[in-house]
Amino acid sequence: MADKETAVKVQDLSKTFRIPIEASSGIKQKLVNVLKGRKGYREFTPLNHISFEVKKGEFFGIVGRNGSGKSTLLKTIAGIYAPNSGLVQVNGTLVPFIELGVGFNPELSGRENVFLNGALLGFSHDETETMYDDIVDFAELGDFMEERLKNYSSGMQVRLAFSIAIRARADILLLDEVLAVGDAAFQQKCYDYFMSLKGEKQTVILVTHDMSAVRQYCDKAIMIEKGQIVKSGDVEEIAQAYQKLFSNNQQQSEDHAADSWGEGGVKILPSKVNITKETIRITTEFEVTADTLPPPIYGIALYNSAGTNLLEANTRKEKIKTKSLKRGEEVSLTWEFSNILSNGSYNISVACCDQSATRYYEWLNHAAKFSVTKNTQTSGLTDPTITVNLAEGGRVKTEKVNTNDKLRDNYVKL
Amino acid sequence: MRELVITDFKLRYQGSVLGYAWSILKPLFLFAIMYVVFGVLVKLGSVEHYSVYLLFGIVLWTFFSEATSQGMNSIIARGDVIRKINFPKYIIVLSTTISALVNLSLNLLIVGVFMLFSGVQFHFSALLIIVYIAELYVFALGIAFLLSALNVRYRDTGHIWEIIMQAAFYATPIIYPMSVVLQKSDFAAKLLMLNPVAQAIQDARYALVTHQSVTPSQLSNDPLYIIAPFLIVAAVLVVGSLYFKKHSKYFAEQI
Repeated sequence: MADKETAVKVQDLSKTFRIPIEASSGIKQKLVNVLKGRKGYREFTPLNHISFEVKKGEFFGIVGRNGSGKSTLLKTIAGIYAPNSGLVQVNGTLVPFIELGVGFNPELSGRENVFLNGALLGFSHDETETMYDDIVDFAELGDFMEERLKNYSSGMQVRLAFSIAIRARADILLLDEVLAVGDAAFQQKCYDYFMSLKGEKQTVILVTHDMSAVRQYCDKAIMIEKGQIVKSGDVEEIAQAYQKLFSNNQQQSEDHAADSWGEGGVKILPSKVNITKETIRITTEFEVTADTLPPPIYGIALYNSAGTNLLEANTRKEKIKTKSLKRGEEVSLTWEFSNILSNGSYNISVACCDQSATRYYEWLNHAAKFSVTKNTQTSGLTDPTITVNLAEGGRVKTEKVNTNDKLRDNYVKL
Repeated sequence: MRELVITDFKLRYQGSVLGYAWSILKPLFLFAIMYVVFGVLVKLGSVEHYSVYLLFGIVLWTFFSEATSQGMNSIIARGDVIRKINFPKYIIVLSTTISALVNLSLNLLIVGVFMLFSGVQFHFSALLIIVYIAELYVFALGIAFLLSALNVRYRDTGHIWEIIMQAAFYATPIIYPMSVVLQKSDFAAKLLMLNPVAQAIQDARYALVTHQSVTPSQLSNDPLYIIAPFLIVAAVLVVGSLYFKKHSKYFAEQI
């Protein structure tokens, strides 16, 4: 028996699926297979001898690439799949969120769906009744509750489902990352919800690819690869290991990720990013392909992995005069700014347009990609050197906290 | 989790306005057709209050057929939920069959109206039909458990059951009175009455409509023969629920 501190204990868990080779799943196929001495299926083992333990009050992360088995693990913990061998021990009630709005029926009204979904999340009719007004208010759907769900926009459906989901109270919550879909405002709501769960010391198991979420919320994590735990324990180590795994994979597909538009006349050449602990220097190069080119504006924009535009710079804004150019001439620009970025991956877009910024010769998205790896941990978008004034015990002293102390030089050439 | 049963109810009722009415209209139309063909054009023996006799039989049969076939499909139809959340799967089958039971009670109101017009006397012994309806329900539930679990693994189940039900409709004394069979062969009549559906319908008619309805106790004095249909019902329920229980763990991955 697990001790009282344990919320979920997984011991030597394995799960094997039989995937039928033939598309049909009927008696005839079964007979044919028996007669031909075939198994008629192939075995696939998404979970291979997995053991870990989640303590009460822990925010536990499970990370891994697509197809690594993390969703199967989540479903097995939730009891949706039965394990082939090993043990899953759950102390207390458990509510899984594999998907929002489970059981939503498009033919029913919003109101009825609230009760249906609520029942599936373990609420009694009375409990749902008392929460009903709050749910409707939070989803901002007051006027629509008697309409059928099929007349809702998908955004409205998600809002309604999410409003019900966050009411769920159980000893253990299983959250799949699919929760964090939707527009930016909605994602923010999700993250606020995660934060409140953390504040309440709720036991949560979160499955995700999003390393910033892992860093921000999780106390402990495991990384799964091909059905096995390859790393467990410290969140920061796991986040870094995962990003390494991912960036190795990405390098090859980088060139294909670039997409550009524009009317032509200028070709954007490969860009370079040079990162030191103090500065980030981006070198962009252009080649003129039109016969003559009036003085253009060159620009860059920086985005984080969530697609948020972090900065924009261009020659007009910086009041730099550019020259008129002829076919075949090349232009090189370097852009330098202080490295205040926090851990994560970033990409830049490069553009060249005419002086009125109405005609774009070329705009190249994902012109270069780089990642910042600092040893400091922050959930902020930026991680600048901060001067903190600490007043304690009546005496004032100034401490300079250099967050970049142990910053490794990171040079990425793309 | 009782909430789920209630909610599943609502789903049925609020699906569409007509759907609700159709559940009464369908047996009524079947009755009208059968009555014209077998009550007016081709006389199949004579039973007093044939219209009520026929309608009551059709209503009970419709209930049985609905409970089994919808029960059979219920697990597959709710596949999306089963894959996302863990809860006792039998609730799905239970709620579907209970909805069929609600339909039956509505249809019984129509039968009551017919009884008034045909001048069928109401006795308190008519309340015995509750016992036979319960028997029929348990039988349907056992079959629904078995078929719904089978249907997850072999989709042929649905087609096979459809054929069985078509044959069983004629093998059950619904449109024809049992006396017609008795004239031909005593053995055939006894065999037909082993079917719990036939026995339940005949016994229920005996209690509610007319004592001319032939029941197992009129065919034989052997107590084993008389309780045989009940034993079959019990056996089907046990086998069905055990099979369901054994396989329900794997529904999520097999659907």
